[in-house]
Amino acid sequence: MLLSRRNAIKTAVAGAAGLAAMGMMPLASAAAGKKVVIVGGGIGGATAAKYLRIYDKTIEVTLIEPNVDYYTCFMSNEVIVGERKMSSIKFGYAGLKAHGVNVVHDLVTDIDAVGKAVKTKGGQSYAFDRCIVSPGVDFKYDAVPGHSEEAANTTCLHAWKAGPQTEALKKQLEDMSDGGTVVIIAPPDPFRCPPGPYERASLISAYLKKNKPNSKVLMLDPKDKFSKQGLFIDGWTRYYGYGTEGAMLKWIGGDKGGKVTKVDTATKTVTYEGGTITADVLNIIPPQKAGKIAVTAGLVDDKGWCPVNHKTFESTLKAGIHVIGDASVAAPMPKSGYAANSEAKVCAAAVFAALSGRDMAEPSWVNTCYSVIKPGDAISVANVYALKDGKIVSVEGSGGVSGKFDPEMRKREEMYAHSWFNNITSDVFN
Amino acid sequence: MKKTKLNPLHGLLGAVIVSGMLASTAAQAEITQRGAMLANTCVGCHGTNGVSTGPAIPTIAGISKAYFTDNMKSYRDGSRPSTVMGRLAKAYTDQDISDMADYFSAMKYVPQAQAAKADMVAKGQKLHTKYCEKCHSENGSNPADDAGYLKGQWKPYLEYNLYDFTHDVREAPEKMAKKLKELQTAEGADAIANLIEFYASK
Repeated sequence: MLLSRRNAIKTAVAGAAGLAAMGMMPLASAAAGKKVVIVGGGIGGATAAKYLRIYDKTIEVTLIEPNVDYYTCFMSNEVIVGERKMSSIKFGYAGLKAHGVNVVHDLVTDIDAVGKAVKTKGGQSYAFDRCIVSPGVDFKYDAVPGHSEEAANTTCLHAWKAGPQTEALKKQLEDMSDGGTVVIIAPPDPFRCPPGPYERASLISAYLKKNKPNSKVLMLDPKDKFSKQGLFIDGWTRYYGYGTEGAMLKWIGGDKGGKVTKVDTATKTVTYEGGTITADVLNIIPPQKAGKIAVTAGLVDDKGWCPVNHKTFESTLKAGIHVIGDASVAAPMPKSGYAANSEAKVCAAAVFAALSGRDMAEPSWVNTCYSVIKPGDAISVANVYALKDGKIVSVEGSGGVSGKFDPEMRKREEMYAHSWFNNITSDVFN
Repeated sequence: MKKTKLNPLHGLLGAVIVSGMLASTAAQAEITQRGAMLANTCVGCHGTNGVSTGPAIPTIAGISKAYFTDNMKSYRDGSRPSTVMGRLAKAYTDQDISDMADYFSAMKYVPQAQAAKADMVAKGQKLHTKYCEKCHSENGSNPADDAGYLKGQWKPYLEYNLYDFTHDVREAPEKMAKKLKELQTAEGADAIANLIEFYASK
């Protein structure tokens, strides 16, 4: 584009003035003045808000989010082990406000699909033409027998939503004496960030190897298989003695007795099908479901997630309400930050198209997820998705995970992981 | 636009109005285009509008259409080595690649100011003029050369690619391979590092 943005605006203003002078209506968008309310200011919601305003500045976008600051889940494993500062995963909403998004810090308590209004704890009501809900995940604490929300917030942390729990788990690891045992209980599918628990086990092992080398990490998993499994196990074998007697890191899958049957949160004792262990640090990542507001608003199916039209992300249960991010059923796309960002842009395009009477382009999505096995050695999974017969599919013959171990390439992947973090957070919040 | 009753002044005014309308609706029309839809999926890694905030993923805004197209196709057929790009590029048709090339070539390149050692930059500049400027004109910032942006590009990306070009990992065009050999033979072990330092400086 040869015109600078400033000149383009000047030209546009001159053009509009010319039209007015001739008594003609300026070319107004059919979506002008239409209202979109976005519930949840995480990766999905914030991206949708920003991109709707980019697509059409005449749409009134209100984003409602209880927290003033957002902490990204991605890269929070690096914070837990001291590789990254908490401040580097903290983001605010000034950038969205600069795009003309009306940012409201309040908690949405109800979404009325018929009356087309969102109600908040603060007693406000926001009318909408379209509503986009990006509620993230909620935890099924009692699905782990003996566990509770109270224990999850005090002793047996999840640290699966970044924030105070991230720092609290970091402190538990720092306070643990050398020779201690960290037990991580992985969740069943589907859950937020499929490779995340395994990256956490990797990075905690790296931290312990360096700082408390007599310690152990045990992962108990109800699943037989997990994301990037071959690459993780290859890395664990290389760095943490995986598979040997006295290995620092051990993973027990569901078919080998890894399913947990009971926890005693007071003593941090875990009973699983293959035995019993008492942990010094017990990190329970509970089974998950769509965030609470999705349930209240009647957007979830009997499995606890939100079914949507894959082209528009409009709920198949409530017309006019779209659901994006971790809460939506968008498989084969994973529940990841990149996926939420990608889904949000497609959803915003669908909402813009619906409000303006235009056609949307054929949708396309990408997900790229990096995991660090050890500082200096990162792996990735990358996929492109298309719409086929109304369903999201991974494009045949493309995508997949990193190649076999090559130190130079793995260093680059870590640099690219950190670049990805900078670029996606800027794309969402700036 | 009907011209029948307009005098020349009206015609001029009409032209201004039309261009204004085009400018004001450009952003609105954009997302209805496949190029913008596809580009939206790239910028999660490459930065909004293709301007990367670094430290390693390259900026692709302002890239030459031919260079973008050639490279996506060589990622797709595996002739250009990569970590992630090869896996992604396999998903796209020639038309997809052409649409993305249209989009990113229309964006504005933003050079990145990175810390650089002045003495190395000065040496690198001389090497650039002697060995590279002919094909990478304007210090490697002229998209008309159909080559990648060098000046103000992210330093690790420059390092990776010069490493690959000089270690038989990525195949350089014939003339470039010859120049790189000459450069390394005649200018010593630090030549590549000095060259990179120059490009990484603003």
